[in-house]
Amino acid sequence: MSTIKIPPVLRASTGGEREVAADGSNVGEVLRALASSHPATEAQLFGDDGTLNRYVNVYLNDEDVRVLDGLDTAVKDSDTLVILPAMAGGR
Amino acid sequence: MSSGAELIRKAKEQITEVDPREVHDLLGNGHRNGTVLVDVREQNEFEEAHLPGAVHVPRGHLEQRIEGAAPDRSERVILYCASGNRSALAAKTLIDELGYQQAESMTGGIALWKDRGFDVEVPRRLTPEQRERYSRHILVPEIGLEGQLKLLDAKVLLLGAGGLGAPTAFYLAAAGVGTLGIVDDDVVDLSNLQRQIIHSVSRIGESKVDSAEQAIHELNPGVEVKKYKTRIDASNIMEIIEGYDIVVDGVDNFPTRYLLNDATVRLKIPVVSASILGFDGQLSVFAPYEGPCYRCLYPTPPPAELAPSCGANGVLGALPGIMGVLQAIEVVKLITGAGEPLIGRLLLYEALSTSFTDLKVRRDPECPICSRDPDSISDDEMGVFPDYEQFCAAAG
Repeated sequence: MSTIKIPPVLRASTGGEREVAADGSNVGEVLRALASSHPATEAQLFGDDGTLNRYVNVYLNDEDVRVLDGLDTAVKDSDTLVILPAMAGGR
Repeated sequence: MSSGAELIRKAKEQITEVDPREVHDLLGNGHRNGTVLVDVREQNEFEEAHLPGAVHVPRGHLEQRIEGAAPDRSERVILYCASGNRSALAAKTLIDELGYQQAESMTGGIALWKDRGFDVEVPRRLTPEQRERYSRHILVPEIGLEGQLKLLDAKVLLLGAGGLGAPTAFYLAAAGVGTLGIVDDDVVDLSNLQRQIIHSVSRIGESKVDSAEQAIHELNPGVEVKKYKTRIDASNIMEIIEGYDIVVDGVDNFPTRYLLNDATVRLKIPVVSASILGFDGQLSVFAPYEGPCYRCLYPTPPPAELAPSCGANGVLGALPGIMGVLQAIEVVKLITGAGEPLIGRLLLYEALSTSFTDLKVRRDPECPICSRDPDSISDDEMGVFPDYEQFCAAAG
């Protein structure tokens, strides 16, 4: 199981969980596993065509998966995925 | 036994004296013209003011140090002091004892030089008050006197005197940043005081820029505060940010963040950017053309339902304290050149788990803004992103 760090804006969709463990051999599978255990996250992560929404950044450990192999990037059990939508609060 | 006055008179007879006007004509254009100009006065006299381009070799150290300043003994060496006496004796020593062939003394010293209306160089120094105030900075080798002078010369613009802007403004003012610009059109409200520590109960209802200015001046009256009681938008952004060395971004909405990004890329001004929500903070430094820009990181904003910045959302009061102070530190690093600023990296802080995560951010070779020549970025496209109108309508 790899660990997914859930950003504040998605926590309502994970029952308040800040980290979720999910199975999968690549980034796409792990995120799909998250979407099936917490269905409310699906529309926020994926567009209608099944690709990752452009406003969501996903990092495998500290690297943007887009500079790796995208959703096909291989994931090990010890890896951490970080989901990161933009935030703008400053007040 | 001759008197001191006789000794000086005799020395002046044996050496060549040169008028300040001739020295000025020889060196006034900034070139050495094969001449070394040496100030033989004491350290404190030299520090107060000296001739432009002069090297300092106090007369008491003449024999030990002159070779470092004028290694070629056949070269012309012009010595000066306060009035022309010490330099005459020094010139005689150079000729008689050290074998210099053209050691001369400037008549009347720096006093006559000034009387003739020629410029002197006054080295920059801190006042005794500044020296004491910034002593803990000066003691840190990475900052030191040089870094402190850079801070005093720096102009930093803060977008917002709110949660992030409050601690950033406080610490940058304390650090001695010479000019702090503050943009905010809001007034102080009781609900701000849970986190916006630059304001106070007695200033509720006052404009935030006035309130911040008062607090800054109570902490450090030496800081010049420039107040912009407005919201930054496409019509005023270029005018406001131009001339600042660094912009500190604490704005609370995406359209302004994109606008700011595009304007700062155009003007090549680095942005120290932070955002906060709940117990979570993000921080990065966007240095145009050196690292990624905000659009490389976030090419498009999330839809309004995932962009909680547009509504009123809760935040732990101390969270903007952490993130704002981290911003202040990045600003000081950028100004002084100390360490490695957070360029090309994004720092996440999660207060509930007390964890910091450092992510890599790459420049996007296809970035619609920073992959281009800054001059080609037009006013019309600044701050615009796909579905911009729809986004703003939905965000209200």
